[in-house]
Amino acid sequence: MSAAAATPVTSVRVVLPAHLKNLARVHGEVVVPVARPVLTQRAVLDAVEERFPMLRGTIRDRKTGKRRAFIRFFACEQDLSNEPPDAPLPDAVAAAVAAGTEPFLVVGAMAGG
Amino acid sequence: MTQVRVLAGTRKGAFVLTSDGKREKWSISGPHFGGWEIYHMKGSPADPDRLYASQNTGWFGQLIQRSNDGGATWQPVGNDFSYVGDPGTHLWYDGTPRPWEFKRIWHLEPSHTDPDTVYAGAEDAALFKSTDGGETWNELTGLRLNESAPGWAPGAGGLCVHTIILQGTRMFAAISAAGTFRSDDEGATWRPVNRGLHSEGIPDEDAEVGHCVHHVEAHPTRPDTLFMQKHWDVMRSDDGGLSWTEVSGNLPTDFGFPIGVHAHEPETVYVVPITSDSLHYPPDGSLRVWRSRAGGNEWEPLTRGLPQRDCYVNVYRDAMAVDTLDSCGVYFGTTGGQVYVSGDSGDSWAPIVRDLPAVLSVEVQVLQ
Repeated sequence: MSAAAATPVTSVRVVLPAHLKNLARVHGEVVVPVARPVLTQRAVLDAVEERFPMLRGTIRDRKTGKRRAFIRFFACEQDLSNEPPDAPLPDAVAAAVAAGTEPFLVVGAMAGG
Repeated sequence: MTQVRVLAGTRKGAFVLTSDGKREKWSISGPHFGGWEIYHMKGSPADPDRLYASQNTGWFGQLIQRSNDGGATWQPVGNDFSYVGDPGTHLWYDGTPRPWEFKRIWHLEPSHTDPDTVYAGAEDAALFKSTDGGETWNELTGLRLNESAPGWAPGAGGLCVHTIILQGTRMFAAISAAGTFRSDDEGATWRPVNRGLHSEGIPDEDAEVGHCVHHVEAHPTRPDTLFMQKHWDVMRSDDGGLSWTEVSGNLPTDFGFPIGVHAHEPETVYVVPITSDSLHYPPDGSLRVWRSRAGGNEWEPLTRGLPQRDCYVNVYRDAMAVDTLDSCGVYFGTTGGQVYVSGDSGDSWAPIVRDLPAVLSVEVQVLQ
């Protein structure tokens, strides 16, 4: 069996903001397959964009890959927005997201006064 | 049966307004892309059911939407507007160098002959072209790499390409606040064409670049004649932009944003004067379109059907359009959410709709 074939696929629940749900033409949560040995922000967001290509550029800058300024990432009531994109999610978060008991939230930041 | 379709881009979505050729009774569909800023929406002259829309918010960035059925349904297409190579710097408001950074698409200009070919004017100033219906975009680098570009500085609205005029192999692009540029080789190379412009807000008032051009229009049958609404001053050129003369004449103020040219009378021009650069509303709270039938200098106010008191709206640069019906229709949208139509070349006006979000752009199509 190859190493790639051995990589576990984790189904991750993702909650998108309303505008991006409309753009992706989905209702409610989406579930994306993340085929990485370790759950990271980048792994989850890559899976979201793979499933919904029309979201490319709306969450992360197309050129730099950086989180757009008014986007936040939450899970398990923790703000993960400023964590390095390739850092493993904190153990408790990764466990809950991988188990499907908690979603990964992509949130439009409160702005506008 | 003749149908008229008006495409209105607003601060909070796109609206499609339709009527028969009488332009008296209108149906309104929308908002499409509710909550998003629609800077511009325009149909292909080669296939009127092919529409393009520029969709943007500060949260989620830039999208381009395409419709193949006249706006009934839409699909997002490509939004990768990458500058070629190291984009270098332009000047920032404080005079310091600022790296070029893509922000949004201000204007979409579909080809006259191919529905899959469309040009996009970007902030920070650059010109992009798609030949596959907006799926992929390639920068026409000649504009941004003009030798004057490192000295370009943004206008109050940003350093944006807001006007694109296609004339076969010849093209014009206008940039706030750099000026007007001309290409004679389909966008490969560009030169500034601003001789005759005079702007008091820049150190060298007659400089070759640095002018805050707000909008430029040309009549299809008179490609060498261009009409310009500048920050201040209404201008015309009769030599393809090589030289400009002021034609503000008796206008009550020559500050404004849009300018339009009658579909059948190349010397009939429309502007909407705004009080000043710091008072973006009509003089005396009276909304008036001013028309010149002499190609400028001699202007008459058009007031019938427009609010003549307590009106403090603005009309943005892409928010005026003309149709091609025998009795030329003129349209404009306001920051107060009204879209007005005149079916008699401006003699009288009526609102199509009164309470849209602030209108950013208006385009019109005549469907036979």
